[in-house]
Amino acid sequence: MLLKYIKKWCLFVNLMLIVIFNHPMAVLAAQEVGAAGTTRPLWFWPLILFVFCFALGIIAVLAGVGGGVLYVPLVSGFFPFHIDFVRGAGLMVALAGALAAGPGLLRRNLASLRLALPVALIASTCSIAGAMLGLYMSKLNPNLVQVCLGATIVGIAILLILSKNTEKPIVRKQDALGLALGINGAYMDEATKEEISWKTHRTLPGLVLFVFIGILAGMFGLGAGWANIPVLNLVMGVPLKISVATSKFLLSITDTSAAWIYMNKGCVIPLIAIPSILGLMFGSFVGVKLLSIAKPKFIRYMVIVVLLFAGLKAMDKGLGLGILG
Amino acid sequence: MNEQTQKSMKPMPEQIAYANLLFIGAWVGILMMIITYFLYLGGIVSPHVDLALITQNWNKGVDDYLQITNSPHGWAWLNLINKGDFLNFVGIVLLAVMTIICYLLLIAGYKKRKDWFYFFIALMEVVVLAVAASGILGAGGH
Repeated sequence: MLLKYIKKWCLFVNLMLIVIFNHPMAVLAAQEVGAAGTTRPLWFWPLILFVFCFALGIIAVLAGVGGGVLYVPLVSGFFPFHIDFVRGAGLMVALAGALAAGPGLLRRNLASLRLALPVALIASTCSIAGAMLGLYMSKLNPNLVQVCLGATIVGIAILLILSKNTEKPIVRKQDALGLALGINGAYMDEATKEEISWKTHRTLPGLVLFVFIGILAGMFGLGAGWANIPVLNLVMGVPLKISVATSKFLLSITDTSAAWIYMNKGCVIPLIAIPSILGLMFGSFVGVKLLSIAKPKFIRYMVIVVLLFAGLKAMDKGLGLGILG
Repeated sequence: MNEQTQKSMKPMPEQIAYANLLFIGAWVGILMMIITYFLYLGGIVSPHVDLALITQNWNKGVDDYLQITNSPHGWAWLNLINKGDFLNFVGIVLLAVMTIICYLLLIAGYKKRKDWFYFFIALMEVVVLAVAASGILGAGGH
């Protein structure tokens, strides 16, 4: 009975993966570009986006990455939308996910405000600069944004391959800045019923890295969990659980500032953004339910492959080579 | 467990208030997006920009798109709130404004505790987000 249930869900996940990797909707999307708005019913495009993003939401949770980092390269690569609107929607997708997750993380004290607030101020200020720079680059030449986006996505894929996060990093002595800011805390590890105290080291280099993370997040509308977690965990020595929770909470602040820039510029089209947000959110809920029976490691590797492909495709598109179709 | 550890394991009251307010705001925003989107696509509230015009132009850059569809930027969408497409911005904007509102709770909390450094950080964050939201920086004309 259990085996049958698992098989059923695995089949479902595989189907979802096929949807993403073979992107049949993208084929439809491509076919529709020429005939846009002629014979299709009103709900055609929103439905395609919703289903696509629903699948992305499942995959994102299983692979342990944020929605934005998958959404922007895949939707910009396979859908006919201009990169300006994809980035606007991508930020809203990442923001909605972070806002929905935020309350639970704060109530359980997993997201640390003492850690998040200084980091958020740096990252959100820089994400405004990144958003403005990204929009300026796009105005100059959208292909330039595609190439830079592609290179960033390839970089993220490599980062995902190489970074080996540490559950409980050893911090022997807190540095002066971390001490002055009082960046420390304690939490209960539910699995081991152990109280774990933590503090930071290398606080200044960590904060400086958030300058670059903020700029990249704003420039490409990616969200930034892929970078937040390694910096908090590997550079600053924050336990993985606190890093993941604080990173998710951070996104709700960093993405807000960049999202406002895109929104005020007119880059958020509700017809694109809303089904994307809802699809990814509902997909994430299903993804969480599937976590216990799926093989996250396998899915994570597949996502890395997809990111590599999406990154190379964006570069290919930006450079006008046409090698990857 | 020592007193210090026990203290740092407990979230401050403003953090819980932040979480509660964020929970309500985020889900109201999402619910509003669902409702307004239904009103928009269901044709119950007529849009400012025809759907076909959107699909024909969403492959163009934002400046060209706004010009062709005669769409506003910045906060000018408020003038078109009675139109189906711009009505959708109510939920979207609510999501984007929640962090600013919630931060006000933190400012009050840090002030009460006389934690002036974090009070200043939270205040600066509100300023940064308010500037971004104001449209001063991002709403260049077309």
